[in-house]
Amino acid sequence: MLLNQFLILAAFLFGTGVYGVLVRKHAVLVLMSIELMLAGVNINLVAFGAFHHTDIGQVFALFVLTIAAAEVGIGLAIVLLIYRNLHSADLDDVDTMKG
Amino acid sequence: MIAENVVFGIIAAAMALGAIGVVRTKNVVHAALYLVVVLAGGAAQFILLGQEFVAWVQVLVYIGAVIVLFLFGIMLTRAPMHPKDSLDNDLRWPGAVTAIFLVGILTGLLVHTFHADKVDLVAPVRTAQITNSIFTTYIIPFEVVGVLLLGALIGAIVLARKD
Repeated sequence: MLLNQFLILAAFLFGTGVYGVLVRKHAVLVLMSIELMLAGVNINLVAFGAFHHTDIGQVFALFVLTIAAAEVGIGLAIVLLIYRNLHSADLDDVDTMKG
Repeated sequence: MIAENVVFGIIAAAMALGAIGVVRTKNVVHAALYLVVVLAGGAAQFILLGQEFVAWVQVLVYIGAVIVLFLFGIMLTRAPMHPKDSLDNDLRWPGAVTAIFLVGILTGLLVHTFHADKVDLVAPVRTAQITNSIFTTYIIPFEVVGVLLLGALIGAIVLARKD
């Protein structure tokens, strides 16, 4: 297997996540797009770990997984607060600080 | 060798379609289910690379916990299941141009840099090896991540609590 096939798959996932973050309006969908980007990064880390025959890649991927879980928990709590205050989870409605 | 590449291609195609589904579908619950396809495909790629432990952690943490959290978030914010208007804002074309530009640049650079490098798998990496390395070399980052998880847990409860 080429190293590149994994890296290009990861780059594609990352790019799709960037598109989702830029384009989606619903806050939960933006969080899902961030998860797509993190999944791409994880594939990168694990592929390089397998390529160099070391376990560092796997350890760092585990740390990324942990941070992603914490991020989703906090992010959904914030989305819930926004919904409670504005009665909508639409990010276009969160414009209090817009000049 | 060829069988590995065929398996990779099938999983990668499923993951790519799932990823496009996450950012294109009009139903928020379907987006969460497409995300399951992408994450399960990622776990399958990890197994293909011989990295078992992170694959099963991905299945347990992502597919088991994070997706359920997402579904709770969707239900609690009363997300539209059959929306009349689109879930996208009017940045669709600039967003698509940005994403295609980014993927193009990254792919070009990767092909230029790693065009001859092959992953040769000697043996799967055992869980004992990973845990040894977590609890000796990386013990400080491990403890820091544990404290961070505790902080995130308390923070999420404080934020989401009705008072």
